[in-house]
Amino acid sequence: MTHLDGNAVAGDLAAIFTGDLSGAVATCAGCGVTGPVATVMVYEGMGEVLRCPDCDTVLLRLMRVAGETRLDMRGVSLLRWQSAA
Amino acid sequence: MGTTRGFFRRRSGDDERLPPGQYLERGFPVLSAGPTPHVPLDQWDFSITGSLSEERSWTWDEFLALPREDFTVDIHCVTTWTKLDTQWTGVSVDTLLDGVELEGGYLTALCDGGYTTNLPVEDVTGGKAWVVYQYDGEELEPEHGGPARLLVPHLYFWKSAKWVRRLIFTDEDEPGFWEQLGYHDRGDPWLEQRYQGD
Repeated sequence: MTHLDGNAVAGDLAAIFTGDLSGAVATCAGCGVTGPVATVMVYEGMGEVLRCPDCDTVLLRLMRVAGETRLDMRGVSLLRWQSAA
Repeated sequence: MGTTRGFFRRRSGDDERLPPGQYLERGFPVLSAGPTPHVPLDQWDFSITGSLSEERSWTWDEFLALPREDFTVDIHCVTTWTKLDTQWTGVSVDTLLDGVELEGGYLTALCDGGYTTNLPVEDVTGGKAWVVYQYDGEELEPEHGGPARLLVPHLYFWKSAKWVRRLIFTDEDEPGFWEQLGYHDRGDPWLEQRYQGD
């Protein structure tokens, strides 16, 4: 199964964080590498699974059920993005 | 009257084999939560550990030497496809547990790549679950879980963990990869147990 890149979830993350996060920078809790959210690996199916492109650690899991959004970010040790002016 | 290309006529009785909310799939869709692992068979092993009277482990060759079963079952994915009459070869979990006394009521299937799923013991014993290594008479393709996957066909297919390497028996039901996010702990397709609370 091939994966997509982080741009595939830009709209979903924008709905949660009320802003475009594709330019945000995430630090992987597994290997410590830091990179743009747009470059992560995205696997879609039962939910959306974002993985570190360097070590495969699950950075973030996103699922919607019964009108509720569920976000598990245990694989992201730090998320940085530019604040609105 | 012929069928239009891409459409298939349902056989009599198929509808009765479709759990609620499912459609009939002729292909074999691939769903993965991560990259496909490729473990060399000489480095592969399978084990049962945790709350049981005797932990056991098998190499690939030892696993192939266990009594095998050929069987045909329907499979049901929570993303709403059902595939009928899939043919598998593998080892019954009953065979793996033969002579072992279980001390807990649950297990977690642990896979290459870190995927986990939780199950009650009663759903993998009594001829209801296998560790399979052949599909349709051929080696199980890596994208479908090869070299070996768990197969629990009476539950939604996310319970049939791909690339399974260990069954960890536990006293408590410990939610797995998708169950932590809200998918059902048991996942009976005939009861539409897709999410917690269903």
